[in-house]
Amino acid sequence: MQKITRDQLVSKASELLSNGTVCCVLGWGMGEFDYDVTPTVFNTVEELNNGFVFNDFCGANFSKYLVSKAAKCDGKILVLLKPCDTYSFNQLLTEHRFDREKVYVVGIPCEGMADVSKVKAICGEGILAISSNGDNINVTTLYDENPIVINAADVLAERCVNCKSKKHVAYDELLGDEGEVIESNRFDEVARLEAMSADERFAFWQNELSRCIRCNACRDACPACTCEKCVFDNPNSGVENKSPANSFEEKLFHIIRAYHVAGRCTDCGECSRVCPQNIPLHLLNRKFIKDINEFYGDYQAGEEVGMRAPLVNYTTEDLEPGEVFDRGADNA
Amino acid sequence: MQVNEYKPLIVAFCCNWCSYAGADLAGNNRLAYPADVKIIRVPCSCRVNPMFILRAFQRGADGVIICGCHPGDCHYTSGNYYTRRRMAALFSMLDYLGIEKERTRVEWVSAAEGAKFAATMNDFAKTVASLGENKRLEDLRCKK
Ligand code: SF4
Ligand code: SF4
Repeated sequence: MQKITRDQLVSKASELLSNGTVCCVLGWGMGEFDYDVTPTVFNTVEELNNGFVFNDFCGANFSKYLVSKAAKCDGKILVLLKPCDTYSFNQLLTEHRFDREKVYVVGIPCEGMADVSKVKAICGEGILAISSNGDNINVTTLYDENPIVINAADVLAERCVNCKSKKHVAYDELLGDEGEVIESNRFDEVARLEAMSADERFAFWQNELSRCIRCNACRDACPACTCEKCVFDNPNSGVENKSPANSFEEKLFHIIRAYHVAGRCTDCGECSRVCPQNIPLHLLNRKFIKDINEFYGDYQAGEEVGMRAPLVNYTTEDLEPGEVFDRGADNA
Repeated sequence: MQVNEYKPLIVAFCCNWCSYAGADLAGNNRLAYPADVKIIRVPCSCRVNPMFILRAFQRGADGVIICGCHPGDCHYTSGNYYTRRRMAALFSMLDYLGIEKERTRVEWVSAAEGAKFAATMNDFAKTVASLGENKRLEDLRCKK
């Protein structure tokens, strides 16, 4: 699946470290399993050689890490960004969350990353090792000596199936060719929900959101969620922890989370990726994106640095909230 | 024993400069609107944080309405333009989650529109009453 190799990345990073362009490298390191690759800071060429990992599970979007890491570095920090990550990068710059001068961006091409829950759905639990093998992925499990071979395209993460852009919108250096913004079907599922009745939608979301365990991983991973003090950490907010089933709190958390990033969410897909309960959080974010596109004109957060987010903007001709429901695409 | 007729609880956020005065005018003119409409005065419709609306529902409101100055007439020049965008997005999201869109409304009422205020509230109360009690947004922990 991947065009670029680990060795190419390591040699590029080593070169930039050795010639003093950067003083550390933000890259992927090994986690507990082959599929839980962990964002890691590498300070030396030796560390890179020993610990750098690049495989089908390098989904993590590093932009957000720059907020804390760039300030700590003496020199520049090298960051490897996939096309979708560069949108978050621009959005963070727009919000003045880190200093552009402290970062050296190497854009890397991306053919899509795998979703381990899809792998598990095919191979079951007990995965010992996963390795890439051209268009296939070899999975060795506890229960079988021979690796199970699956087609990488079958386990592509949702956000990669509906990838919106292969184009890097920010970089200092690009490995591979410049990509293109692509037409995706990412709003199809939102439209399908919109076509349901209110009762059906309620049942759908009740089913999805009641699984939430309030681990806050979706917030922690989100590059649009970078407040130092978060409402969800306030013990007096009434929404700081898991509530009894069937209570509105389940939805309240999700409305607040999605609303806080509305107009700033780049649809990078990190929230859905990290959710241990596989809640389709992207369907909430995309609803806001779709609405904003339809009400106020197409807007892609992070496309450029310095754009004004639609919800902190207005025109005197905006449509009335009541008209939202009178549009052709009425939900009822 | 008489069975109590269901009366929806409605929270109305009214901007100080227009709609609150509009409500006052409705009162002065002896125009009737349901007593279950609880008015909360805010300095500007854009003072209404989306959280206020969610909280009102959480605490048992059956419908929430925001009233502000007509677009262009905001006391602070542009507050209600922001309200317009915010609430369009929020109400659309609530509807998407399955919370009936009829339970939320934004209405522009000026200080001279006492009659419009009363008519709006009567109409909104009727709409919400036809939907019945709000079960989807209440939080049992917040109920007395
Ligand atoms: S809400 Fe999700 S998709 Fe949007 S920026 Fe945050 S992590 Fe990315
Ligand atoms: S990551 Fe998933 S389970 Fe955790 S708080 Fe977010 S939605 Fe809930």
